[in-house]
Amino acid sequence: MNAKDPGPGKQKKERLPRQPMPEQPPRERIKNFREVPLGYTVEQAMAEASRCLRCKKPGCVPGCPVEVDIPGFISLICEGKFFEAAAKIRETNSLPAVCGRVCPQEDQCEKGCVLGKKWEPVAIGRLERFVADYDRTYGRFEMPAMDPPTGKRVAVVGSGPAGLTLAGDLIKKGHEVTIFEALHEPGGVLIYGIPEFRLPKEIVNAEVNYLKRLGVRIETDVVVGKTVTVDELLEEEGYHAVFLGVGAGLPVFMNIPGENLCGIYSANEYLTRSNLMKAYLFPEYDTPIAVGKNVVVLGAGNVAMDAARTALRLGAETVRIVYRRSRQEMPARAEEIHHAEEEGIIFELLTNPVRFIGDERGWVKAMECVRMELGEPDSSGRRRPIPIPGSEFILETDMAIVAIGTMANPLIPSTTPGLETNRWGYIVTDETGRTSKEGVWAGGDIVTGAATVILAMGAGRKAAKAIHEYLMSK
Amino acid sequence: MFEIVEKKQLAQGTICMFKVMAPRIARKTKPGQFVILRANEKGERIPLTVAEAHPTEGWIRIYFQVVGKTTAMLSLMEPGDAIKDVIGPLGLPTHVEKWGTVLCVGGGLGVAVLYPVARAFFEAGNYVIAIIGARTKDLLILEDEMRAVCNELYVTTDDGSYGHHGFVTDVARKILQERKDVKMVMGIGPVPMMRFLCKTTEPFGVKTMVSLNPIMVDGTGMCGACRVRVGGETKFCCVHGPDFDGHQVDFDELTKRLAMYVPQERMAYDKFKAEVGAGGGR
Ligand SMILES: Cc1cc2nc3c(=O)[nH]c(=O)nc-3n(C[C@H](O)[C@H](O)[C@H](O)COP(=O)(O)OP(=O)(O)OC[C@H]3O[C@@H](n4cnc5c(N)ncnc54)[C@H](O)[C@@H]3O)c2cc1C
Ligand code: SF4
Ligand code: FES
Repeated sequence: MNAKDPGPGKQKKERLPRQPMPEQPPRERIKNFREVPLGYTVEQAMAEASRCLRCKKPGCVPGCPVEVDIPGFISLICEGKFFEAAAKIRETNSLPAVCGRVCPQEDQCEKGCVLGKKWEPVAIGRLERFVADYDRTYGRFEMPAMDPPTGKRVAVVGSGPAGLTLAGDLIKKGHEVTIFEALHEPGGVLIYGIPEFRLPKEIVNAEVNYLKRLGVRIETDVVVGKTVTVDELLEEEGYHAVFLGVGAGLPVFMNIPGENLCGIYSANEYLTRSNLMKAYLFPEYDTPIAVGKNVVVLGAGNVAMDAARTALRLGAETVRIVYRRSRQEMPARAEEIHHAEEEGIIFELLTNPVRFIGDERGWVKAMECVRMELGEPDSSGRRRPIPIPGSEFILETDMAIVAIGTMANPLIPSTTPGLETNRWGYIVTDETGRTSKEGVWAGGDIVTGAATVILAMGAGRKAAKAIHEYLMSK
Repeated sequence: MFEIVEKKQLAQGTICMFKVMAPRIARKTKPGQFVILRANEKGERIPLTVAEAHPTEGWIRIYFQVVGKTTAMLSLMEPGDAIKDVIGPLGLPTHVEKWGTVLCVGGGLGVAVLYPVARAFFEAGNYVIAIIGARTKDLLILEDEMRAVCNELYVTTDDGSYGHHGFVTDVARKILQERKDVKMVMGIGPVPMMRFLCKTTEPFGVKTMVSLNPIMVDGTGMCGACRVRVGGETKFCCVHGPDFDGHQVDFDELTKRLAMYVPQERMAYDKFKAEVGAGGGR
C-alpha cells in the first residue's frame, strides 16, 4: 500500500506505516464548509489499530487528561468490536466524536506513545473518531443505566463541553438537571466557535439530543446574571446546586490605533457570525458577514487557524496569519497548522501589528507592522519577542480578525455575591470545582482560562462527582 | 418561543408595536434595558429596547421601525405567532435619581425608548420637560403616553405640520437658554439627532446622556461588534451601555460602523420584497 515498506531487516512489529487520513483535497475544500478529514474506513481503522503494541505500561494513557483506556479500546477495534470500543471510551470521555477531532493529540496521548520514539505514534485520535462515528451512525440508542430519582435539582449554567459532560453524569445519578444557555443554541464553543469544516454541527447536536433523551432540560436564551441570577436559582427556583461552565468568552483586542475601523473583527464575532448565525449561507440566512479580499488574522492558536480558514472559504484571495513569535511557539494543533498551510494561508511570523490605517469611509485599508526577534525567555518559558527598530512596514488589508485570546466575562461574578475570583476574573475553585460559595461549582475555561475541550470535560466530570456527593449528604 | 399577544401599527404603518410574552425578562427589565431578538430559525439577532415590562403579567412591549428584511419580516407577524428567541434584559438600566429638572429629548422611534426613561425620571420626583419630534405629524408616536409622564411636553415636526416647525434641538436650545435649572439632558433618537443634540447642549455645560444603538450579535460582551469609542476609550455598548455621556461619544465612528453592512442589508431586503411581493413590509 505504501511505497516506503521498511523491507526486511531489524524491524519487528513496525510493519505498517501510520495510516493516512483520507481528506478533501485543498483546492476543493477551500470552496466549501464540509469537513476536511473524511474519516477512516473499517479496513484503515483495523490496520491502524493493529499497529498498537498493547503496552503493559502504556505511554499514551498518562498523556490523556481523562485517562481513556487507550490500549483497551484499540484491542476492541482489532477484534472488530466497534460498539464496545466506543463504550470503553465513553467510560471516561463523554464526547469521543468531538475529542477525536479537536484534541491536541500530539501533545497528549500520541506524544507518549512508545511507537513514536522510533517511528510514528499510533493515530489514537483518528481511531477514537472512527469508533465514535461508527457508533453514532450504526449504533442503536440504548438507555444507559439510570439511578432512581433523588428529588435533587441541579442548574447548569453554560452548555459547552464542561456543562454538557456534567449534565450527562448527574442525570444518570438520578438528579433533575436543567441547563441554562445564554445563546439560542446549546454547545458552547463547539457550536459558535469551531467551524463546520472541523467539527460538523450534526455531531454536537447528536450529543445534545442524547442528553435530552436522558431527560436533561435545556433552557436557551437565558443569560444568567441578567435574566436570572445564581442566587435566584438557588433560593427561588429551588435548585440544590449550581454549576458554572460559562467559558472564557470575552474577546481581547490589541488596543492599538484604528482597531474600531470597519472590517476589523474579534475572532469571536467573526466565527459566531459564520458558525452560529450561518452567515456563510447569507442571504439564505439573514446574518451578514463582510468578505475580505486580503485578510489578516492576528494570533496563531486554533482560533486564529479557524478564522483564517473560514475567511478563505468565504472568498478571500489572500489570508495571512500574523504572529509575533516563531513557528515553534504557535499554540494551534499541528493538524490545523498543516491544513492551513496546505490551503495556502501565508504565515507572517515574528511580526506584530502596530496600528490600522483606514479609508475615508472608515474601513481598514492597511496595517502597519513591525518585525520581531526572540529575546530571553519570559514567565511562560517562551522566548520573548522584541521589536526590531526600523523594521516597520505596511501590509495592505481590507479585513483583520483579532484572535489573540479571550478572558473571563465578569457578568456572573459581578451578580453573585460571595463568589471568589482571581485577579484575572477567573472563578477560584478547589480540585473538585467547589467555589467559595455554598452549593456552587465551576469548571472549564471560566476556571482555567481558555484551554481545551478535554480539560473542560474533565472538569465537568470531577464537579459532577463532587456535586453528587454533596447532594446525597444533604 | 415567545408569543406575540398584541400588535399595533403606528405612524402610518412605519412603526410596529408588539406585546410579547417573556415572563423571565419581564420580571427583570428596568428602564433603558434592551432585548436581543431573533425572528426565526434563519434570522439575525437584533437589539430592541424594551418600552414597557409587566413583571406579573409576564409581557414586554417593544417598538420597531421597518428598515430592512428582519424588521419587515417581523412586521408581518401577527398575534398568536411566536418569535423564536428573545434574550434579555441586556445592558445597564438607565441611571435614575432625583436631580431636579431634567430634559428628555426623543426623535422618531426614539420616543418609544425615551418613554420608560422619562416615566422613571418622573416617578423619581424630577420635574420632567420633554421634547418629542418627528418628520411630520402622522409619524409622531406616543404623544399621549409621554404627556402623562412629564410636566411639560413640546412637540416638533420637521415640516411644521404639527407643533413647533423645526427640530427638537431648536426647542432644546431655547429651553436651556431660558432656564438655568436643567441638571440633565437625556436624548434618544437617530444618530444625527443625538449628535446634534450633544452639540447643542455642550456650550451650556449640561450633562447629556444618549442611548446608543450599534450593531450587536450576542449582547452579552462576547463578540465586540458593539464597540463604541467614548472619551477615547473603547466600550462594549451591550455591557457598559447603552447609555453614555454624549459629550464623550465618537459619533463619527458610530455612524461609520452602523453602515458596515449596508450593501448586504439592501440586497437581502430587495430579495425579500421581491419574494413577498409588493406590500410586503414597506
Ligand atoms: C474557535 C475556537 C477553536 C477551538 N479549538 C479547539 C480545539 O481544536 N481543541 C480544543 O481542545 N479546544 C479548542 N478550543 C477551546 C475549547 O473550545 C474550550 O476550551 C472549551 O470549549 C471550553 O469549554 P467550556 O465548557 O468551559 O466553555 P464554552 O465552550 O466556552 O461554553 C460556555 C457556554 O456558556 C455560555 N454562557 C456564558 N455565560 C453565560 C451566562 N451568563 N448564562 C448562561 N450561559 C452562559 C456560553 O454562551 C457558552 O455556550 C477552541 C476554542 C475556540 C473559541
Ligand atoms: S503507547 Fe502507543 S503502542 Fe502503547 S498502548 Fe498506547 S497507543 Fe498502543
Ligand atoms: S453585542 Fe457582542 S459584545 Fe456587545
